Amino acid sequence: MAIALIVAFSLGIIAQRNGLIDSIGKYRGDIVFLTQQHIKLVAISGGLAIAVGVPLGLWLSRPGMRRAAETIMQALNLGSTIPTLAVLALAMTFLGIGVVPAIFGLWAASLLPIVRNTYAGMLGVPAHFIEAATGMGMRPLQILSGVELPNALFVMFAGIRTALAVNVGTAPLAFLIGGGGLGELIFTGIDLNEPSMMLAGAIPTALLAVLVDYAVGALAYWVVPRGVNPLR
Amino acid sequence: MIKLENLTKAFETPAGTVVAADRITMEVADGEICVLLGPSGCGKTTTLKMINRLIEPTSGKIFINGKDTDRYDPVELRRTIGYVIQQIGLFPNMTVEENICVVPKLLGWDLAKARTRASELLATINLDPALFLKRYPKELSGGQQQRVGVARALAADPPVLLMDEPFGAIDPINREVIQDEFLKMHHRLRKTVMFVSHDIDEAVKMADKVAIFRAGKLEQFDSPDNILAHPGNSFIADFVGSDRTLKRLRLVRVGDVLQASSLRVSGDDQVEHTVALMNEHGQEFMVIVDTEGRPRGYVDVDIVRDRSGAVGEHCAPLPATVRLDEDLRAAVSTMFMHDIRWLACVDRNGVFVGCVTQRGITRLLGETYRAPDAVPH
Repeated sequence: MAIALIVAFSLGIIAQRNGLIDSIGKYRGDIVFLTQQHIKLVAISGGLAIAVGVPLGLWLSRPGMRRAAETIMQALNLGSTIPTLAVLALAMTFLGIGVVPAIFGLWAASLLPIVRNTYAGMLGVPAHFIEAATGMGMRPLQILSGVELPNALFVMFAGIRTALAVNVGTAPLAFLIGGGGLGELIFTGIDLNEPSMMLAGAIPTALLAVLVDYAVGALAYWVVPRGVNPLR
Repeated sequence: MIKLENLTKAFETPAGTVVAADRITMEVADGEICVLLGPSGCGKTTTLKMINRLIEPTSGKIFINGKDTDRYDPVELRRTIGYVIQQIGLFPNMTVEENICVVPKLLGWDLAKARTRASELLATINLDPALFLKRYPKELSGGQQQRVGVARALAADPPVLLMDEPFGAIDPINREVIQDEFLKMHHRLRKTVMFVSHDIDEAVKMADKVAIFRAGKLEQFDSPDNILAHPGNSFIADFVGSDRTLKRLRLVRVGDVLQASSLRVSGDDQVEHTVALMNEHGQEFMVIVDTEGRPRGYVDVDIVRDRSGAVGEHCAPLPATVRLDEDLRAAVSTMFMHDIRWLACVDRNGVFVGCVTQRGITRLLGETYRAPDAVPH
């Protein structure tokens, strides 16, 4: 941690000497606008991925689904091997140019870790908890909300964290199909051979990724009950 | 009261129909502990789980306190039956208090009442509520977790308790302690308990009735002493072990074989008087008591026969005494340890009440074999 700080600080001094910070500063207006767009992309696609992924994972973990679930998980795993860029290209083919295919592509890319971890987390709840809960007279929904979910939550959060990290990191590609976001500065900077412009996009993207990761981590720390939270 | 009538469970498997429980009929009276005993896969757990409908019976009836359980919604029914499993199954996401309050909350108790109840129950299982209510299961030892598991099952004061090898995963020393605690609690609460075990010693210790299962059939349903003394067939005899008569020692209290007698002398009594008493009663020893009636030593007839003076001068110390409420196993063990054939018994205050002899013990244990017709089956 200390070393990382020293390195960051030294890099900052070098950047200052080269006038890099000043030249990045020129893009301040763009940075603010595009960061907002970027966050919007991540929030919408990530939110939708959670909204679909968690229920899908829960549904696949139900006893009646066990057999079909393995097949579906295999299919999803296969899906995740398709590069995000290819997914975006396919999305563009069907949905045209703009925000909608971008959100679809990012949604598809972040869906899998959420489904997979929700499913694994639910299967990881020992059968005897469920037997005890049933034997005590809890109804299936009460068992799901009172016993299964709290005990699967830690693993589920790990999936959401991975998914959002992937999402933030992939979101710059949205620019390529007209989705906007910080990718605009990065790719234009590369095309124009303008490092300060490129960095004006890359640095906020990196900061955003760290911030999102930290936020989800903190949320998991407080939301997962103390008895099943290895961190507390 | 739990009554099972022709309870049957058949599973369809690719290899054909497997009958896990075959026309089980039995009745456990109010306040009794019935231990279902048998090797793995004999149907004892299946039978237990049919009572709270974790397994739906194929046919047959279950009555709890005279009511046919078919008439109830299985979920409602389970809330009125305590359930303890071997893995305990305390919910790790809940504190001890929340775990105990699960069933009271399901039954719609208000929170304050449920919490008071949790705190009372912890006190009865010897865990300080102030320390343990807010702990999580992972912060308890295995034995403490199992106690909390029992407390949780008792939370809503159910008349019936089902226990599936509840003490099976606890180390032998703690298991004895927890069994004793459970029995003590049982004597106060008088629940009707069905208890699955594969350990004959546990069954002998806990049970009022033992049901022995083999391959889905109820082989014998009887008191522990009758199962040990009169196993119904060679399978049961093998299962309960070749030392089964020794196991019966645990079922009898010292008080039951006590040769209660007022025979005793004080240290000031004359030797002649003492010898005369011993001869008169055909006894080879005499216990000497102090003024409070506590045994202080003994004299042997061979040693004092030709002596005179106060008997206290020839007093030999007693190597050991037993209390009336100890079981015969403890008494016999003490005799073997000190190489003696009789023991002085004392009551709770340490006052001498009589003696147990090896002869008396063997006579009592042998009685049932001499008159097999007298034993009800």
